[in-house]
Amino acid sequence: MATTSVPAPPAAGPTGGRDRPARRLRLLTRQDRVVLALMLGVPAILVLGIVWLPALGTVLLSFTNWNGIGPVSEIEFIGARNYTDVVTTYPPFDTAIRNNILFLVVLFLVATPLGMFMAVLLDRELRGTTFYRSALYIPVVLSLALVGFIWQLIYSRDQGLLNAVLGLQGPDAIAWYGDPNVNIWAILVASSWRHVGYIMLLYLAGLRGVDPSLKEAAAVDGAGQARTFFSVVFPVLRPVNIVVLVITVIEALRAFDIAWVVNKGRNGLELLGTLVASNLIGEASLVGFGSAIATLLLAVSTVFIVIYLVTILRGEEQR
Amino acid sequence: MPIRRSAPRALSLPRRSLHLPSTVSRRTVLRGAAGAGALSAMGGLAACGGDSGAGSGSITLGSRSGDEAPRQAEDAAIAAFTEQSGIEVEANVSDNETFQESINSYLQGDPDDVFTWFAGFRARFFDDQGLIGDLSDVWEDIGGGYSDAFRDASSNGDKQIVVPVSNYPWAIFYRRSVFEENGWDIPETLDDFVALCEEVQGAGLTPVALGDQDGWPAMGTFDILNMRINGYDFHIELMAGEREWDSPEVGAVFEQWAELLPFHQEDPNGRTWQEAAQSLLNRESAMYLLGLFVGEQFPEEERGDLDFFAFPEIDPAIGAGDLDAPIDGYMMPASPANEEGAKEFLRFMGSAEAQDILIEASPNSIAAHNDADTSGYTELQNKAVEIIANATGIAQFLDRDTRPDFASTVVIPTFQAFLNNPDDIDTILSDLQAGKERIFTGGES
Repeated sequence: MATTSVPAPPAAGPTGGRDRPARRLRLLTRQDRVVLALMLGVPAILVLGIVWLPALGTVLLSFTNWNGIGPVSEIEFIGARNYTDVVTTYPPFDTAIRNNILFLVVLFLVATPLGMFMAVLLDRELRGTTFYRSALYIPVVLSLALVGFIWQLIYSRDQGLLNAVLGLQGPDAIAWYGDPNVNIWAILVASSWRHVGYIMLLYLAGLRGVDPSLKEAAAVDGAGQARTFFSVVFPVLRPVNIVVLVITVIEALRAFDIAWVVNKGRNGLELLGTLVASNLIGEASLVGFGSAIATLLLAVSTVFIVIYLVTILRGEEQR
Repeated sequence: MPIRRSAPRALSLPRRSLHLPSTVSRRTVLRGAAGAGALSAMGGLAACGGDSGAGSGSITLGSRSGDEAPRQAEDAAIAAFTEQSGIEVEANVSDNETFQESINSYLQGDPDDVFTWFAGFRARFFDDQGLIGDLSDVWEDIGGGYSDAFRDASSNGDKQIVVPVSNYPWAIFYRRSVFEENGWDIPETLDDFVALCEEVQGAGLTPVALGDQDGWPAMGTFDILNMRINGYDFHIELMAGEREWDSPEVGAVFEQWAELLPFHQEDPNGRTWQEAAQSLLNRESAMYLLGLFVGEQFPEEERGDLDFFAFPEIDPAIGAGDLDAPIDGYMMPASPANEEGAKEFLRFMGSAEAQDILIEASPNSIAAHNDADTSGYTELQNKAVEIIANATGIAQFLDRDTRPDFASTVVIPTFQAFLNNPDDIDTILSDLQAGKERIFTGGES
């Protein structure tokens, strides 16, 4: 395929492949190389300094019993005791793992598809599209304190909107926040409410980039709305789909905010994120213990990151 | 197939479509940065501890009195101090919770010359880390105005570290009119109390209000039961980690609590303390174990109807004289920028005059000073003075009497689990004990 007239074809002959890239490098001026070094180096330093060094620090601290007070030189290493403690003497941890998995499942199976569905609906030029889009996106913009307040008004057992609408009063009233078997679902609804708007916006942006002639061609060929979406639009949007998938996983793992404003992630609302915060933040921070939980969270996240990268890279190779 | 053929050509499109921002702005969709709201809520944490004014004529104050009434009270006291001494006070105010959560980094960073805090274990904890200034010389001047109970709560060993300004009792609050209408009497013993609760239920009210969504209100119930059943000394030793949480004594407290729980509002973990107070105000609940600040939830014209009594006696050998009466006050960091000015301010706040100003503007507590002017006190405040003066033992409240990390990461989750399922006391006790062993032995430095 590639002819010799093309200056630097990626798929060059097996023999010419060795010296050609080298010659190309030499074509770069000194200035080019400085610019390249800066453009790669600065982000690399930032990522190292802001993300990986603190992450490494967290891992190190998880082997200590530091309480956040006093010089770093006095930190005492206690081996893996924090980890055994997390698993054996800290009952909220099991609940947190279960809740994070629940978050992943619900966001993946319900909230994300719903957000994509909303995007597909709003992508068509309906009257009042802007209004619907804004309405769905507003939860993402609202401040955390306000979101907590809104849901407190809805879920309050004695004075809440939901129990009033359902006609549940007195002893029949459901403690949406208080019952540890119920409140995680209440939080999932609240979190999905935000997640749907987020995914919708992302996906809408993706849909705008689809060449309309594709859909027209599909329609001419007699494909219905559903068929057009699943056979044409969805495959075309593969990169956006991957972004959406990754965001869903990330949101599920770092789920934190609404559970934290409700009751600091206690009483059935334990999440890995809230456990890290409640052990690290506060008057007498259990830095070592909290770091152990954070490290476990990091490990779980890394598994997903690796799966994601492997999929992406394999996908690129197949092109 | 045409569909097939068009697909590969289109594969290049989505790459471009990944430039989301441009697409977004072109479509004029709402622009707000996702998650910015979440961050701004946390942003306040780091924002304490402003620069110290340094000049000999001014000091800075780190205050957690962010609510309106306490803010006005503190401002009035500061104005009086500046007028008297000529020292300017710059108050850096945060809301209560933010201030408490960031106290650790606040004290290690660049703290103000003086700051608001609590007496008791919760003050000693930071002194033991070397973060607190010695106020013994201030106490030589102001000490005569305080009872021994206040001196003890403000001391770490032989040195004083807190200047107390106010405190308030925890007791059972009720509406006088409700009790009068129904002909109910104040219970003296546990049997009276149980009989009263049954009578209240018969009248169609909930006997005792309880809202533990925030985790700390149920600590008050534990404290008072433990002091009534096992006595003040046991309670304080348990808090200090010198007693075991899986002991039969603590087990007895939970058994008693489980017996009384059916008289409380259902689903306490799903109710804030304010909502529970509303049920007392609306005559849906007859009683409510809380601090004097419950009055904040009552409109001005209803406050006269609010009254309280001490939690009834359980063991005659122990009596009913112990209670929680948390002390609020001011402290100085280990090395303030203006130590002289700070101590001047603390001497002033430790005077009856300053505390009169504070209490007048914010009447949900009582002054700590012996000579404070009580003539303007409400009936409720006078009663609070009396119950504290007659107390046989004064505790500061669970989260002030024990390690804060133990209180927030172990006690709150297990107490909430107990309220959900009061039958499984053994698990509750072993969880508490495991947490106590982990934190009290592991955290020593």
